[in-house]
Amino acid sequence: MDFIAIFSIFVLACFVGYFVVWSVTPALHTPLMSVTNAISSVIIVGALIASAAAGSATSKWLGLAAVVMASINIFGGFAVTSRMLAMYKKKER
Amino acid sequence: MDIQAILSAATGGHGAVNPYAAIAYLVSGILFILALRGLSSPATAQSGNRFGMIGMTIAVVTTLLTHMPMRSDPLPQGNPHDLMVDWVSLIEILAAIGVGAVIGIVMARRIAMTAMPQLVAAFHSLVGLAAVAVAAAAYLNPVAFGIADAAGQIHVVSRVEMGLGIAIGAITFSGSVIAFLKLNGNMSGSPIMLPGRHIINLGTLAAIVALTAYFTQDQSPWVFWTITGLSFAIGFLLIIPIGGADMPVVVSMLNSYSGWAAAAMGFTLGNTAMIITGALVGSSGAILSYIMCRAMNRSFISVIAGGFGADAEAGAGGGAKEQRPWKPGSADDAAFLMSQAENVIIVPGYGMAVAQAQHALREMADQLKKEGVNVKYAIHPVAGRMPGHMNVLLAEANVPYDEVFELEDINGEFAQADVAFVIGANDVTNPAAKTDKTSPIYGMPILDVANAKTVLFVKRSMGGVGYAGVDNDVFYMDQTMMLLGDAKKMADDIVKALSGTGH
Repeated sequence: MDFIAIFSIFVLACFVGYFVVWSVTPALHTPLMSVTNAISSVIIVGALIASAAAGSATSKWLGLAAVVMASINIFGGFAVTSRMLAMYKKKER
Repeated sequence: MDIQAILSAATGGHGAVNPYAAIAYLVSGILFILALRGLSSPATAQSGNRFGMIGMTIAVVTTLLTHMPMRSDPLPQGNPHDLMVDWVSLIEILAAIGVGAVIGIVMARRIAMTAMPQLVAAFHSLVGLAAVAVAAAAYLNPVAFGIADAAGQIHVVSRVEMGLGIAIGAITFSGSVIAFLKLNGNMSGSPIMLPGRHIINLGTLAAIVALTAYFTQDQSPWVFWTITGLSFAIGFLLIIPIGGADMPVVVSMLNSYSGWAAAAMGFTLGNTAMIITGALVGSSGAILSYIMCRAMNRSFISVIAGGFGADAEAGAGGGAKEQRPWKPGSADDAAFLMSQAENVIIVPGYGMAVAQAQHALREMADQLKKEGVNVKYAIHPVAGRMPGHMNVLLAEANVPYDEVFELEDINGEFAQADVAFVIGANDVTNPAAKTDKTSPIYGMPILDVANAKTVLFVKRSMGGVGYAGVDNDVFYMDQTMMLLGDAKKMADDIVKALSGTGH
């Protein structure tokens, strides 16, 4: 993909992010942070590419280290978000 | 299309985008948008979180399939140009995911809800370090990432993206480590002021920008590693002068940076999932920082410049305060007043969470509700140590979320409230924020507890002042009763008094 195409996606996604995040209820701002934490670890994609590639041993080990770090974040982030969200209950009537 | 065909499409030529993979990444990007959309209400939040998990699974599986580790056929009769799956590497990768999964899940299960800000800071630091590792891997092996030309030179655009990625990643990492140490109490929360720090910081930033520009001309290792080193340093330098009170802003800001780091790597790899996610997370953190700044009436620049807290300490030390009369009260008085009330608004602050009083507080509210009292909770945006922290702490204590209200939704109701019960909060109720132009908290939005008929103020002692180090006029009002003591013990005693009196 050329740079302009990617840049267009980025700019549009910033607008989507702006509107979606303002619609998040303030009561859920902490889960918002933990879930954004988990999804920003989509950087694992780059880590997987590096660890699967032949050609540079250092690059491969850096990739594997990044896979471990990103996985901690992905699993930890989603798990702690789910744990928090399970605590939010409505009033019993 | 079978897996073999996908594999050959992916490995067939660098830079060629596999259309199936591109669509899969787009789908996972959209699922991430839906994950955040779900958080608009507690009722839809869990399903949103699941969308996020599905999106991540799609991204990971797609990458594993299109970038399967390959090696040439080792058998003597095999064709050396035939590639086959390198199982050892694949197992290493899956093991790395497994190790991360175990650590992550154990951390998520064990963490106390009061320690959420530290956990989030720790997670941010990992995103930052992972971004640095990926950028470094891409630098060392650009052909694998499809960002090099035939001569092995990295594309100029990719160099800029890579420079930005490593700089933002490194700042996120070292900044988050400092934020973690401060929040976790391993490092003093008070700001550490280096002499000439503004000049050092601006100089370092300028050097990073200049080197990134130079990197487009010269891809020598020293340029790349100097950018990395300086970025680690600037993250550290930027956060050490910021005081504990401003940590909610810092944590939100680092959240934003972790997003921009992911986006920068997404540009390098031409990966839509990473770009969409980076933009989402980046805007999310930026908006949360803005909300936190507004809640403290602090400009973003002044937070970044640091030092808040140090000035206030100096201010509190100077000049003896006049002694003003105040009214003490007991748990029994408080129980009586609240059981006679029609409307009670509870104003919890971080001190309540430190004393672990949230369960006792909820019991108190339950007792009052049994007696027919209408109980609501009022939350100031900076009541906790990170955005929305107090809501989580109350939810943990089984307080229903529809009894908890944000500042702008409940502030008008204090005038109709019989009792405002302030526990562990101080600055966020201080009317000086509205009236005293010289006060360090002037302009900060506050909860108008002073409008309630009676104010019950739970506080450890009359001596201590809040973060901002300013006295609170609410203490000395006629309708205020000070309940001095530990927040948890006080709440427990009120519960006892309430159940003792009965009907």
